[in-house]
Amino acid sequence: MSAVIAGHDEQHGHGPEKGILRWIVTTNHKDIGTLYLVTALAMFFVGGAMALVIRAELFEPGLQFVEPQFFNSMVTMHALVMVFGAVMPAFVGLANWMIPVMIGAPDMALPRMNNMSFWMLIAGLLMISSTLFMEGGAPAAGWTFYPPLVLQTGNALPFAVFAVHLLGISSIMGAINIIATIFNMRAPGMTLMKMPLFVWTWMITAFLLIAIMPVFAGAVTMLLTDRFFDTSFFDAAGGGDPVLYQHIFWFFGHPEVYVMILPTFGIASTIIPTFARKPLFGYTSMVYATASIAFLSFIVWSHHMFTVGMPVAGELYFMYATMLIAIPTGVKVFNWTATMWKGSMTFEAPMLFCIAFVVLFTMGGFTGLMMAIAPADFQYHDTYFIVAHFHYTLVPASIFILMAATYYWLPKWTGNMYDERLAKLHFWLSAVSVNILFFPQHFLGLAGMPRRIPDYAVQFADWNMISSIGAFIFGFSQLLFLYIVIKTIRGGTGEKVTAEVWEDARKHSLEWTLPSPLPYHTFSTPPTKIPTEHLGGH
Amino acid sequence: MKRTTQLFACLSLMAVGLGTAQAEYALNLMKGVTKVSNDIYDLHMLILWICVFIGIAVFGVMFYSIYFHRKSRGHKAAQFHESTKVEIIWTIIPTVILIGMAIPATKTMLELDDTVEADMSIKVTGWQWKWEYEYLDDDIHFFSTLDEASNKARQLGSGIDPATVPHYLLNVDKPLVIPTRKKIRFLFTAADVLHSWWVPDLGWKKDTIPGFINEAWTSVEKPGTYRGQCAELCGKDHGFMPIVVIAMDQPDYDKWVQEQKVAAEAESSAAGREWSKDELISKGETVYANNCASCHMADGEGMPGTFPALAGSPVVTGELDNEVQLVLNGKGMMPAFGQMLNAVDFASVITYTRNALGNNVGDALQPSAVQSALANSQDDDEDDEG
Repeated sequence: MSAVIAGHDEQHGHGPEKGILRWIVTTNHKDIGTLYLVTALAMFFVGGAMALVIRAELFEPGLQFVEPQFFNSMVTMHALVMVFGAVMPAFVGLANWMIPVMIGAPDMALPRMNNMSFWMLIAGLLMISSTLFMEGGAPAAGWTFYPPLVLQTGNALPFAVFAVHLLGISSIMGAINIIATIFNMRAPGMTLMKMPLFVWTWMITAFLLIAIMPVFAGAVTMLLTDRFFDTSFFDAAGGGDPVLYQHIFWFFGHPEVYVMILPTFGIASTIIPTFARKPLFGYTSMVYATASIAFLSFIVWSHHMFTVGMPVAGELYFMYATMLIAIPTGVKVFNWTATMWKGSMTFEAPMLFCIAFVVLFTMGGFTGLMMAIAPADFQYHDTYFIVAHFHYTLVPASIFILMAATYYWLPKWTGNMYDERLAKLHFWLSAVSVNILFFPQHFLGLAGMPRRIPDYAVQFADWNMISSIGAFIFGFSQLLFLYIVIKTIRGGTGEKVTAEVWEDARKHSLEWTLPSPLPYHTFSTPPTKIPTEHLGGH
Repeated sequence: MKRTTQLFACLSLMAVGLGTAQAEYALNLMKGVTKVSNDIYDLHMLILWICVFIGIAVFGVMFYSIYFHRKSRGHKAAQFHESTKVEIIWTIIPTVILIGMAIPATKTMLELDDTVEADMSIKVTGWQWKWEYEYLDDDIHFFSTLDEASNKARQLGSGIDPATVPHYLLNVDKPLVIPTRKKIRFLFTAADVLHSWWVPDLGWKKDTIPGFINEAWTSVEKPGTYRGQCAELCGKDHGFMPIVVIAMDQPDYDKWVQEQKVAAEAESSAAGREWSKDELISKGETVYANNCASCHMADGEGMPGTFPALAGSPVVTGELDNEVQLVLNGKGMMPAFGQMLNAVDFASVITYTRNALGNNVGDALQPSAVQSALANSQDDDEDDEG
């Protein structure tokens, strides 16, 4: 089997370009995947540095380091950089690397567009970053860009709007590419219901992206015309409505947060069975649950706006619809637990991060359910309680799973094993500090501390200090991750990994049937045998 | 340093599971002082306990499995991978639990929405960065801003320890006063950007939106002082526009209303008399600190690119009337202060800017000279709303 696959690709002599040009003109899905992942990691540290500015200022009451306006810019830019610069590109990078090899395709369906979408991402990120140096400062109205406040932004506003356009086009092209690849490039026998869940969740995510990015682009374009061309979409004095913007934004914004979590689910569903040495429990229900969550994400947006003064019927509808999300999400958590049940588990770094993900994401889900209750949200809304909630669903969820995915697939990509001892140290530092960082924020919110404030009343001082200590431990622990990754790329522990890397991994997914490191070109001829372990087959 | 030591002492206490008795480490939502806030608290506790219970069950199963079903203990993997029966069970049970939550939540939601048959109405307007209160039944009207002590201490590098300021960032110059056991309807709107009016003890927050009116109501059971903050990001001083509500029993409240009416009379007679330039400048300094310094800065240097400097500004050092018109009507991000300041404050702050902050124009503006212009601008404002 492995003899058939190994070595059949190299004969064409299509190696990578030499030198720096390789990375600029590349249309190879693995190269582009690497570019995305490196960009995401760099932006993760940029966004993280901004978070540390925030937490340093909040370490004690009183203003010690930055002016309030700059603080607001940091809050805004931290979110934009993390969402559009770190988490989304990281998942696109993984999609580029893994989707073709998981479905037995030689590359992405649209390789030139793949290159273009990456460089548009870079253009967008440079443009949004350039606003930090502009007169009037970077956008400071929050990543949600609510008018009328956002219209008070200085010279940065049009740059922020056009950056959103570029990032949106980049995401849409990426999404089209992923859908085209999955629909057209699957190996014979790789039916939709045999695809690994990572592929499934990314396909659903790609549809979400195509549906929502134009909505966001439209919303920010209306901001642009309100500011520069005297329109009044969001200005009551001209017959507009500031709340209209919020409806449009959250019609984008709620599916957007699922864009960051659905691929997370997919990766967890891929890694947990490998280390439980058991097929995923309820593959079919996982697919349906993902699709249900994606559908529900379009009809719950106003739960971000319970306090804007909706009619009571609206409040009730959005409360009920939001509560429904708990059902498919619960199914997923139960399925992961059932996958571990009676398994034969080992706890390498990827599995540790996955277990932390299931536990901590569930806690984020619980607070999400609490906030779905509209009357209670009248207290929780816009406090540190929600800051804690969405960081629990993003940091120990999306970010942890990105770490898990890196440890899981890096040996496959490089052919070198990472340092398991350091990786475990990285895990424990991250898992403990992330809770020191975010758990006290629940208490702060319940005690009455609003979000997005640079300074606070002294009764909030103690938990803020603990939270900031956690933030610094968490932030600096990630340098260890950087070190481990670089060390692995440069040879790792010196141990060369097998094609399978993880015990019996080849039963789960196609990438483990290929040699390690993955050759530059793979599956020039499609695989003949489709793994069905994740379906319970053999 | 002492605080850090305390902190570690507390952390280690928590580590051994003793928790902490210190009031500052508040853990939970406050019950508040209204029936609605108590209902919300009960809802919060109900859902919290349901979540805790589900969490213990799910994580319990998971950690049991992690401990016993590990390869190092020689556990062999079972190969089961689906069960429609189980999937149906764990879809139906959460649905039932959710319905159980939705029923009390719906009741409270309907209660919150019921603003009819109120005893009195107060209109609340959010401004960058202060609150305006209008008692619609009593003709009382004032602005409420961050108190001076907090405002001094909160400046970057002020050197003042916030712990020494009473109610740091949660105190105002003029609190909102309401009677107890009366149903009070609030009408919310905003003058510039979105704000959100939140006093946790009342149990809710409501966004204030320029051009639109939102409603909410409260009825406070016991007299006391209740503090809150703006909860919607509204620009650089979002963190510095607190709310203080004082609930008084009816007789005390009636007395307060009388005092307000007497003060209003005194104010209008003060505007009629002749003021000396020094009087105006010294009064103007306070008005400037409360109304202008947050953008144009205490030293009048402004913020390049966003807020222009007043020191040496062509408007401030030019024709008096130009400056009066600009401050009266606003321009761009500059609010129309004609709606916010009384004649004395208006005249004194104009005089102050022209003769301080590095400017030395030398002229002065008399309150009587701006009275009619101010009356017009405030009438216009009301016409717009009509």
